[in-house]
Amino acid sequence: MIALELKGLDKSFGGLRVTRDVDLAIEAGERRLIIGPNGAGKTTLFNLIAGEIRPDRGTLALFGADITRVPSRRRAHLGLARTYQIITLFAKDTLLHNVMLSLLGLSPLRWNPWARLHGNHALRQQARACLAEIGLAHLGDRPLAQTSYGERRRVEIAMALAQRPRLLLLDEPFAGLSIDERRDVQKLLSAIPRSVTIVMIEHDMDVALDYAERISVMHFGEVVVEGTREEVVAHPRTREIYLGV
Amino acid sequence: MKRGALGLGLLVLAAVPFWVGGIYYVNIVSQILISAIFALSLNVLVGYAGLISLGHAGLFGFAAYGTAILLAAGVGHLGAITGALVLTLAASALFAVLALRTTGIGFIMITLAIGQILWGLAYRWIGLTNGDNGITAASRPAPFGLSLASATSFYYATLVVFLATTVAMAVFARSALGAALKGTRDQPRRMTALGYDVWMIRFLACLFSGFWSGVAGILFLYYNQFISPHALALSASAEALLMVISGGAGTLAGPVAGAVLVVIMKSVASAYIERWNFALGAIFVLIVLFMPEGLVPGTVRLTRRGWGVLRRRAAAPVGSRR
Repeated sequence: MIALELKGLDKSFGGLRVTRDVDLAIEAGERRLIIGPNGAGKTTLFNLIAGEIRPDRGTLALFGADITRVPSRRRAHLGLARTYQIITLFAKDTLLHNVMLSLLGLSPLRWNPWARLHGNHALRQQARACLAEIGLAHLGDRPLAQTSYGERRRVEIAMALAQRPRLLLLDEPFAGLSIDERRDVQKLLSAIPRSVTIVMIEHDMDVALDYAERISVMHFGEVVVEGTREEVVAHPRTREIYLGV
Repeated sequence: MKRGALGLGLLVLAAVPFWVGGIYYVNIVSQILISAIFALSLNVLVGYAGLISLGHAGLFGFAAYGTAILLAAGVGHLGAITGALVLTLAASALFAVLALRTTGIGFIMITLAIGQILWGLAYRWIGLTNGDNGITAASRPAPFGLSLASATSFYYATLVVFLATTVAMAVFARSALGAALKGTRDQPRRMTALGYDVWMIRFLACLFSGFWSGVAGILFLYYNQFISPHALALSASAEALLMVISGGAGTLAGPVAGAVLVVIMKSVASAYIERWNFALGAIFVLIVLFMPEGLVPGTVRLTRRGWGVLRRRAAAPVGSRR
């Protein structure tokens, strides 16, 4: 089963072609790493997959269903979740409220103008369980603004996982983390079951390399090398792009 | 303690005609309550949705004119009020579709334009609105046979509607949809990625806000038994916005406090201070300087800090005091 399939995806911003004819096929359960230097078009590719921007050409399919014209919010309901390179959460609200908003997003309760959100015990319990999974249950009632950057990154991943996605997009989950925090996030990511397919962008090869099974290298909007970890590391183009030799 | 304060507040409001000292002041409290309903309705957009509207007096006036025109056409009070509210909802929907094409400055400009168009219609469409002369409503309604002709009875009717508004706002703000709306204010992009229909949530907020603006407008019509284009002017929209922002956007008590401040300055202080506009402006400057989040949240913050200082002093060992 192919979890995500991109065919001939093209996107230009004005005269700049940020995505050039990208083909990508990711197996269900796979851990795929997308690397490439700054400006290679990695985040744009994520925005195309998540539906925040529309491709100029090409198609996207999620578990065999064409989603090229499906709006971003519907893709969440089809099992796609993502994290952002720059954490965008609800800073004034508690950790619990953050996770509850994530759960609410897929629940019909979100249209209810009178039922108290925090009066919903099932949702509260579920949110508490999600926080417990990432080891932050004790901080549930603390405003997000009063937590560390590493904790926020974990909350963000917990919010994505709370939606029980089939495909998870992680945009530089290790960026800006200390060594200890990296270990925590790494532990969290390796505990994710194989029922979730993961595509990760990472700038820093060291942390991400031992996590991914297959790697795609992007350069100037194109996928230039693709293969297993060993193949990609040994490929002369990878060396050329990263080392400039 | 919060419940006690709430009960006390209710008692004070219910007893207004007995302690306030005269019909003139009862009427001023009625004006405050009508303004508070209007400010609360605007607060749904400004405080919870993060959308600043400068055309809300248009909706307020639309409902007032709607009722007055229907009454003049011979429709009964209940029919006129219901009809005006339905029309106001329809107008809110239309304006929301236009204004929600953008957010931020764009939203402000479109709502400003819509408000000005409505003002222009009230002023110039003389065949329908009687232009500058306005429309008179011959009588007030008498729900359940209770006449609202006197200042006191009208005050109680306004109080009931005000309490209903407050309850509706409190329930909405804590509801699932209310939480979603605040989410679209803080992180619209994230909310979309989480599966929310940001546009539809904002649209519903516009309808909810428009409905209560209409309620305030109808009360305003019956209070004055008269409506003129003046009520739709840009200055009326700006005044409502000032109430919300000075009191504290995104809170329940804030817009009410803002309404108290503005109406008292306008009606009471203007009798003593000729340049009351100047005084009101000075107060707003002080609020912005010392309580940028608004009177209510600002007072809570300063009180808490004051208590903290006192408590720390009390807890400090005797030797450390000078």
